[in-house]
Amino acid sequence: MPRTVTRSPRPESDEQMTGGLADLVARAREGDKEAFEAIVRATYVDSYTLAHRLVGNEEDARDVVQEAYMRAYRGLKRFRGDAQFTTWMYRITANCAATHLGRRARHRHDELPDDAQIVDLSPDGDPEANAARSALRDRLRLALADLPPKLRAVVVLRDIYDLPHEAIAAELGISESAAKVRLHRARRKLRERLYPMASDDGGDDGRHGEGEEGTEAVRAM
Amino acid sequence: MRCDAVAEQLAGVADGSVQLDSRARKHVETCLRCQAELVQYRKLLRALRTMRTEVLEPAPGLVSDVLAALEQAGERQAVRGMLSGRKVAYVGGIAAATAAGAAGAIVIATLSRRGRLRLAS
Repeated sequence: MPRTVTRSPRPESDEQMTGGLADLVARAREGDKEAFEAIVRATYVDSYTLAHRLVGNEEDARDVVQEAYMRAYRGLKRFRGDAQFTTWMYRITANCAATHLGRRARHRHDELPDDAQIVDLSPDGDPEANAARSALRDRLRLALADLPPKLRAVVVLRDIYDLPHEAIAAELGISESAAKVRLHRARRKLRERLYPMASDDGGDDGRHGEGEEGTEAVRAM
Repeated sequence: MRCDAVAEQLAGVADGSVQLDSRARKHVETCLRCQAELVQYRKLLRALRTMRTEVLEPAPGLVSDVLAALEQAGERQAVRGMLSGRKVAYVGGIAAATAAGAAGAIVIATLSRRGRLRLAS
């Protein structure tokens, strides 16, 4: 597992960087190879982080990043200057990761089905007390890693990277409504994993757990 | 109204993309369980958003791998360009190369004949 580094948000320097990036992109579009190299250097950690979050391991993440920059290089002429380069790069990375995961799923059988129950590793203790921010993030990281890749992709792209549903659907090759359904399921699984007490106590108010809900969904079909 | 009817919408309420109708809102206002869920979604979404500022540092060598792959692709493209886009310039080159090649071919043919002869004897 690669080291996680928290970057403090620096709006000014981010703005500077974005400005610098726009300039580099303009030069790269004119065929300046060094400018594209500079773009790679400025953005590869971000691209790698996204790729790793989507595919879940270092080796595949590196392949995805390599493929993504190849596609970006080839498609640079099609990049509209008014869009954010970083967003464009996220979309390409997401698309490459989806292709990669699809390929992997055909060759291996290690992918969890969408309905796999998330196993909670720490059901003991008061969830409110455990929800101290950093602890929450640690647990969130684990919970994300345990999500089935198809659900994880949608929640990562929507809730961490703020991509619109339409872009997510396009890059993952699914319909917009499927993207929304997956997002909902992913968020619910994450919430249930992070706050197990709230959904595990059954209750008699008609609220029920995963299994029954699934049965109901089947019945409704 | 049962919690189930609202549960589907709570995450959307937390991210601001969904507005509950008055019946659902009334339910949530009086249902501690739904309120708790709403707060949990809010915390979850906030934690996810802050992950945007976290990066994973890749092991060294990724940049050079990417640049090497680009370089290779660039060379392939250049070759393709030479074969298709620059035919006119290339024809002259072929003529010269053919002349030189013809001379070379004679030498090679001679050498290989000699080689074969030597093997046969």
